[in-house]
Amino acid sequence: MRATKRRDDRRAAWWFLLPVLVGFTVFYGYPAVRGLWYSVTDYTMLNTPSYVGAENYTELMRDSEFWHSLLVTGWYVLLNIGSQTILALGLAALMHRLTRSVVLRATLLLPWLVPNVTIGLLWMWLLDTNLGFLNHLLGTLGLGPVGFLSDATWAMPSIAAINTWAYTGYTALLLYAGMLQIPQHLYESAAIDGANEFRMFRRITLPLLRPVLALVLVVSLIGSFQIFDTIAVTTKGDPVGATRAIYYFIYEEAFRFFHLGYAAAAAICLALILGVLTVIQMRLLRASRSDLA
Amino acid sequence: MRRKRITLSRALGWTVLAVVVVASVFPFWWMVRTALTPAADMYTDNSGLLPDHPTIVNFTRVLGLTTEAEARAAGGSGAHVDFARYLLNSIVYCALIAGFQTLFCAMAGYAFARLRFPGRDLVFGILISALMVPPIFTLLPNFVFVKELDLINTMAGMVAPTILMTPFAVFFLRQFFLSLPRDVEEAAILDGSGPWGIFWRIALPMSRGPLITIGLTTIVWAWKDYLWPLLVGRSEENRLVTVALGVFLQQSPNTQPDWTGLMAASTLSVLPVLILLIFMGKRLVQSLNFTGSK
Repeated sequence: MRATKRRDDRRAAWWFLLPVLVGFTVFYGYPAVRGLWYSVTDYTMLNTPSYVGAENYTELMRDSEFWHSLLVTGWYVLLNIGSQTILALGLAALMHRLTRSVVLRATLLLPWLVPNVTIGLLWMWLLDTNLGFLNHLLGTLGLGPVGFLSDATWAMPSIAAINTWAYTGYTALLLYAGMLQIPQHLYESAAIDGANEFRMFRRITLPLLRPVLALVLVVSLIGSFQIFDTIAVTTKGDPVGATRAIYYFIYEEAFRFFHLGYAAAAAICLALILGVLTVIQMRLLRASRSDLA
Repeated sequence: MRRKRITLSRALGWTVLAVVVVASVFPFWWMVRTALTPAADMYTDNSGLLPDHPTIVNFTRVLGLTTEAEARAAGGSGAHVDFARYLLNSIVYCALIAGFQTLFCAMAGYAFARLRFPGRDLVFGILISALMVPPIFTLLPNFVFVKELDLINTMAGMVAPTILMTPFAVFFLRQFFLSLPRDVEEAAILDGSGPWGIFWRIALPMSRGPLITIGLTTIVWAWKDYLWPLLVGRSEENRLVTVALGVFLQQSPNTQPDWTGLMAASTLSVLPVLILLIFMGKRLVQSLNFTGSK
């Protein structure tokens, strides 16, 4: 009796798993192996790939444009994650102490729901040098006009600001969800002890939120490293490569210059960086569960 | 005295929140406002909160409802645009991916949580390892593969990599099925139900919440998809809204982009998710508590 039940389970299980296993094998496993293979070939999508050893990797190490794209990405991540995290933390704390309104939360979520392409276009228009609303505002103050996306100094900070605008609400809601798990009575007793809001934030909210905050930070960091859409719409890596982030570098190598082998090698380098971040994320995921479940 | 200070800080807090809400919403306002402005007014009417001579011609021309001459007269570049079609493509794309992916991942999540078979944990571990692979790495070979299959510029090629699974959904739904109480299912086993019967009649109806969460999140991400559909679905008849916006921008002259048309098209790309937010806002907001902190 028992043995038959087990055998049934086994047969049913493979049917339950069939679509997912096919999807995984064909679109994750197989391309991963293929990508590794391309990275040691001279594949251009038009030739039959032939093995070139570590040549793509040694060339990458010498390629100043590759290093430049990593540097540009780092600059973007620093600006974007820095501003986004601080703003989201402040916003979440304010909401946590003031309101539980679903309408407010839904409103703050709106920019996150909108495609990055739309957001890129929308801000391209707002930041337009001649007719954009922001330069109009600066004009009334007697300043500008600033070429937000066409000036090499301003382009990357502008893109970072655009994405901070788009993702702060979402990040704040994730942090807010974490804050809701903090016992309310801690704040009540702190208030009786005469602590002000700022002190409560530092002594209660921040330490108890730490695991959630760390997790949200790593997830945003991984997303931020993969900045592409906004750049592809607004600046296309320009002016003079100032916004040519690593994802855009790989994209151009593969689909503009058809250096598929070279692009695959660069993608593996990015994968290694993200892999390290993901391992940290997994660790934190476990940590956050034990702390605040 | 103290109460007064508290109300003051609360007032300050609410002021900041109000500023944040205005900052989040104003760009959308400006988008709609520009979309309602005649292209001819662009140089004279660019500061007021409302357009001087509101018009819907920008919407009708990007929806392909006007003749080419009318579209050109209203500021178009003369290239054919039909956002009604692109919107429909995007909706089909999202529905296909969200529907099938959620179902297939629920099936797998259930098998990993409840069924007993050899190698279960090993297979699950391998699936989850895919979470560590950044999309760009599989994107290049997947593009070559879809090209080899001759599926470039087809809906099948566009949905292929995501319609069957995503590791996160399998992980998330397995977590959920593990947390379901077993007794109902065990009663059904005693009644002679097989795994399929239990899955369809008991497990699925009990997990409406998480399924909607995963489905909604998938819809939102699919709606935002850009790079993959850009590579695989650039042709006119399969173009998604995001890809079409990019093409529209390229077609419009660099020195003097067709901003009124672009903003009308942008507004159309926001409309469906806005409707989703209005009707499912509570669910969406709650889904962040699910996916974010767990």
